[in-house]
Amino acid sequence: MSHVLAVLEQRDGSLRKVSHEVVTGARRLADALGGEVHALVLGAGAISGTDAAGRFGADKVITATNAGFAQYAPEGYARAAAERAKAGGYGAVVLAASAQGKDLAPRVAAKLGMPLAADVTDLAVEGGAVVVTRPVYAGKALLKVKVTAGPAVVSLRPNVFTPVERPKAGAAETVVVPGDGGRVVVKGIKAAAGGALDVAEAPIVVSGGRGLKEPANFKLLEELAQAFGGKAAVGASRAVVDAGWRPHGDQVGQTGKTVSPSLYVAVGISGAIQHLAGMRTAKVIVAINKDKDAPIFKVADYGIVGDLFEIVPKLTEEIRKLNG
Amino acid sequence: MKIAVCIKRVADSETRVKIAADGKSLDDAGVKFILNPYDEFAVEEALRRKEQAGAGEVVVIACGPQTSQETIRTALAMGADRGVLLEAASVPADGLAVARALAAELQGGGYDLILFGKVAIDDSNHQVGPMVAELLDLPCVTCAAHLDLAGGRGTAEREVEGGMEEVEFPLPAVITVDKGLNEPRYPALKGIMAAKKKPLEVKPAALGTAGLEIVAMTLPPERKEGRIVGEGAAAVPALLQLLREEAKVL
Ligand SMILES: Cc1cc2nc3c(=O)[nH]c(=O)nc-3n(C[C@H](O)[C@H](O)[C@H](O)COP(=O)(O)OP(=O)(O)OC[C@H]3O[C@@H](n4cnc5c(N)ncnc54)[C@H](O)[C@@H]3O)c2cc1C
Ligand SMILES: Nc1ncnc2c1ncn2[C@@H]1O[C@H](COP(=O)(O)O)[C@@H](O)[C@H]1O
Repeated sequence: MSHVLAVLEQRDGSLRKVSHEVVTGARRLADALGGEVHALVLGAGAISGTDAAGRFGADKVITATNAGFAQYAPEGYARAAAERAKAGGYGAVVLAASAQGKDLAPRVAAKLGMPLAADVTDLAVEGGAVVVTRPVYAGKALLKVKVTAGPAVVSLRPNVFTPVERPKAGAAETVVVPGDGGRVVVKGIKAAAGGALDVAEAPIVVSGGRGLKEPANFKLLEELAQAFGGKAAVGASRAVVDAGWRPHGDQVGQTGKTVSPSLYVAVGISGAIQHLAGMRTAKVIVAINKDKDAPIFKVADYGIVGDLFEIVPKLTEEIRKLNG
Repeated sequence: MKIAVCIKRVADSETRVKIAADGKSLDDAGVKFILNPYDEFAVEEALRRKEQAGAGEVVVIACGPQTSQETIRTALAMGADRGVLLEAASVPADGLAVARALAAELQGGGYDLILFGKVAIDDSNHQVGPMVAELLDLPCVTCAAHLDLAGGRGTAEREVEGGMEEVEFPLPAVITVDKGLNEPRYPALKGIMAAKKKPLEVKPAALGTAGLEIVAMTLPPERKEGRIVGEGAAAVPALLQLLREEAKVL
């Protein structure tokens, strides 16, 4: 029997939603290992939303505070998480493969002298060992990997582990972390224009390609995204990012972001292999393209053939009606 | 400025993946290998920093099979001064093992800056840079898309969900670089000729034991063939009905 440490993520004093996924993944391991989930949140003070950790299966929620932890403090967070992991004798440590988690997890693993199974899309316990699945070669292959050293440090690809309610005590505990935030200091986050949802995290992504004809026409996709009521982000193909129509952070694909939303709508995108690499794990794919032979239709669950300039406004109108 | 850049030889992004007979690795017959694209940004950044400083040395280090010498030559042709190959029959799946071998080479090298790509496009481990930083106890910023260095300190910007994070740090430091930092140069013919004569040292990699064991490599499940709902705006209501009732995503 061993417990699992779930390292959660907060921003501006609120728990981020990806943390629910981390608790869910940790719960799955803990059930298999016959142990508890202890959730660790790092911050400058109390963090709002940590009660959710109990709802998704944390037996205990530890808030570790330090005056230097208001913003992400790479070195301070890594030290605090690694020390907690060591002190608790955990069988596994689970983090998110979010922007912060991708920075934090390797540091924690190295401090523990343990390997990191990064960006996993599935995890289980087989014969007492943690076994994970992780996409490699830009999603063109899947690697099944056994972690032979412990504690197993694992980071979870966002949007893959659907949060499952598994109410546990969620007993709260606060500890003060000595020392400072470390040598690397985060001054703040310059919000992207519109403070929009990130494509890597949005449950719905509406992406546009060269078929949009010019940058101003992305307004059509922004309106469609808005119609989904704050759940959708606008993504882009590399062709339009390279052309300077959209910021690089919106690019979906091999050299952009990998997204796994529940709904991906590809508008005026041909479906090149490098684009598919970034979105083929979406739960449902819809394609709108005037060319019935466009490769995007090969991976799309549902397609509409025709002119996007007629179809998208109609779709926006219908979605608005639906969401009333 | 003395700068080290860790570079990896990887299968080209357009590779059609075929699984090898062992069921655990890529069948590399006919596969083209390249310098990891993010490492190209790192090499370019190192060269620019050295050029700006007017003096210094850029050392490129790769851990991998003998064939990684070609990758090192590519970086030398871009303008790096010398290369080190930490030879290993294959690169382990465990990024910490790779980081240990690189850290052993970097230790005591007196580098002002140690650069990495943010991720290798083959294993997508996204970890070796910050692990090396931990092993060497150096400050580290990952995924820098913008970098300013002056007076022994640096500021960087890195993309996070919904914005750009601004980070300050002291030098020497480990930086992993993202796309957008610069436009890598192409090696000129003169550079390619010069690269052949530049020093390239080969020594065994001190990998230690790996803590990750590959069980299997498989192709991802094919998405099942979808369907064309219809043509033009008239098909929108049918699409919505399917999304609601069949796919249940609305
Ligand atoms: C190393 C490498 C990495 C790459 N990485 C990425 C990546 O990360 N992401 C990425 O997206 N690409 C990537 N690419 C580029 C990729 O190969 C394609 O070139 C790119 O995805 C094409 O973008 P597109 O679909 O917008 O444009 P196009 O291929 O030009 O497609 C435009 C589509 O719009 C349709 N269309 C035109 N007008 C209309 C209309 N009025 N109504 C409806 N449909 C219309 C057309 O039928 C066409 O299918 C990469 C390439 C390389 C070599
Ligand atoms: N075998 C290797 N040899 C040299 N550098 C490497 C090696 N593997 C990874 N790196 C460096 O670490 C970065 C991140 O790789 P990874 O953690 O494997 O995704 C790469 O962009 C390289 O800069």
